[in-house]
Amino acid sequence: MNTTFQFRLFVAGDTQNSSQAVANLNEICEKHLSSDCEIEIVDVFLEPKRALEDGVLMTPMLMKLGPGPSKRIVGTLSKTETVLQALGVG
Amino acid sequence: MKHKLYSKSLTGIKGFDEITGGGLPRGRTTLLEGGPGSGKTMFALQFLINGARANDEPGIFVAFEESPARIVENVGSFGWNVEELLDKKLHFLDARVSSDMVQCGEFDLSGMLAALAAKTAHVGARRIVFDALDIFLALLPDEASRRREVYRLHDWLLDQKLTGLITTKGAEGIAPSIGESLSFMQFMVDCSVVLNHRVNLGVSQRNLRVKKFRGSAFDENESPFVIGRSGFDVATACTVSRANENVTFERVSTGVERLDTMLGGGYYRGASVLITGFPGTAKTTISGAFAEAACLRGEHTMFFSFDSDGAEVIRNLTSVGIDLQTHVDSGMLRMVSARSISGSAETLLVHIKTLAREHEARCVVIDPVSTLAKVGNELTAHGVAERLIDWSKADGTTLVCTSLLDEMNGQLEGGTPLQISTIADTWIHLNYLVQAGERNRGLSIVKSRGTAHSNQVRELVLSDDGVTLADIYTAGGEVLMGTMRWEKESAERARHEIAEVAEELQRVSLDAQEAVLEVRAKSLQTELLAKQVEKQLLARTKRSREGEMTRGRSRLRELRGADESHELPEEQAS
Repeated sequence: MNTTFQFRLFVAGDTQNSSQAVANLNEICEKHLSSDCEIEIVDVFLEPKRALEDGVLMTPMLMKLGPGPSKRIVGTLSKTETVLQALGVG
Repeated sequence: MKHKLYSKSLTGIKGFDEITGGGLPRGRTTLLEGGPGSGKTMFALQFLINGARANDEPGIFVAFEESPARIVENVGSFGWNVEELLDKKLHFLDARVSSDMVQCGEFDLSGMLAALAAKTAHVGARRIVFDALDIFLALLPDEASRRREVYRLHDWLLDQKLTGLITTKGAEGIAPSIGESLSFMQFMVDCSVVLNHRVNLGVSQRNLRVKKFRGSAFDENESPFVIGRSGFDVATACTVSRANENVTFERVSTGVERLDTMLGGGYYRGASVLITGFPGTAKTTISGAFAEAACLRGEHTMFFSFDSDGAEVIRNLTSVGIDLQTHVDSGMLRMVSARSISGSAETLLVHIKTLAREHEARCVVIDPVSTLAKVGNELTAHGVAERLIDWSKADGTTLVCTSLLDEMNGQLEGGTPLQISTIADTWIHLNYLVQAGERNRGLSIVKSRGTAHSNQVRELVLSDDGVTLADIYTAGGEVLMGTMRWEKESAERARHEIAEVAEELQRVSLDAQEAVLEVRAKSLQTELLAKQVEKQLLARTKRSREGEMTRGRSRLRELRGADESHELPEEQAS
């Protein structure tokens, strides 16, 4: 598998949940998704309109834009296995 | 308290603004709870629509449960024209959680709130609704995080100075774990409203209750409400000040001439009239006469017939000379067969009010009002009757209600289950008098506030020519009606005739006597004249004879040459 994962992570400033989600996503990318990960972090406090556009209501929220169908995972991404399963990797 | 804590935001929901004295607390949060189908979403949407339309306060509707498109569709029948407001003054946010969303670890609402803050600023929103917040709370793993999110939401609302309305299912409709955060929310919010939907003896009854309202007086009782044609309608007892309006001395005809006289000119405009009686005592006829009279005056009239079909009523009344069809055709009269309306007493009341308002009715007939007690539970029916009368008074509508008294409780006149007789202004009672093998209808006025009224029982006579009242005879302590009255009347007529004949006879005989006397008087006069002539004749004869004698004596003296002084020796001798 040599595909590039495209992620968009919606966070709410540097709140605890959001910081954790950023850290967890980085870790998952490094350890489990050997290929490249494109991660875009959107702070809803700074860009609230983008949250509205994407229908993001809860934060943190991870959107997998590719490959394959898009997927949303809400939460701090604390359980790696659940995240990988949702991404269709595990 | 010298100053108001905060002002209120009108909801535009009929009755609710009265209960709370002005609506929901402005800039504060209100919790609205209720089971499925209790009308939460509608209440919330109506609050926003009124804000957008009447108060120029744009609103945002955050939908956790239903899609915005469906919500708009669902209220389409209420004629609110939501489409016209959409994306101008009314904004929807679809906050449904998609089923394929994976949840992993903790999360919170800050994303949505940030987005909403941006939207609020952008559209200038003043009101916001979070519909079915419990759906969102159920996603959160534990009580602590639920509590945290509720706090977050509350703080955000206060910070934004938005008038917020949060709806959730009631405690019985959700998992106990969420119930905890619900009760916690109860403490947090400034105002709490509960909607419930009960089925009582098979009849659905919706109630609304304001549980708390910080810093404000409110009506604490459960108030029935109805989701009617134009939306939410909360039943409220009329406030005293409103009930005092529209008092008038104007009279309106009852449609029965002699009844007008009995009442000293008719019913008062805006009065509520109760006509009670057993089945078949012509209650409908009396109310039909009133309706016809109202239409002839050119007043819009509404006739609710609960017992029979409108067309049947018209046909039946035609037989007693009351023509309603003409007025139905001209649009002056509207007949509503309320058999088609089902539901609780409250529902009926709302239907009555709505239809009457639509028709701009000045006179309303409800035949019979006892139906209200039949279909609802009787506890609320009384309240309904009271509100019905309050409403008609506030509107200046003249209300004629009939009420059935069955033979059982008829003895205690006034045993109407609605207790309407105590609040009605005029109470006319119709009953049967069975006497000499006949049943006749009697009409009496039990009470009529503020009008002099006859204390007499009258007989109600129905004929092709219409409805009339006849005097009744009392004889030997008994009231005579029907044939007996007629007999009495003809006997009276016969007696009168005989008396007339006798009088005529007497007059003739007196004439004869007079004539005889006149003749006699004439002959006597003639006789008198004859006698007078005779008397004159006699007097004359005497005088001439005396003259003759005097002259003879003088002559004798002359002849004798006697002295004057020696007058009569011879005379004496002779």
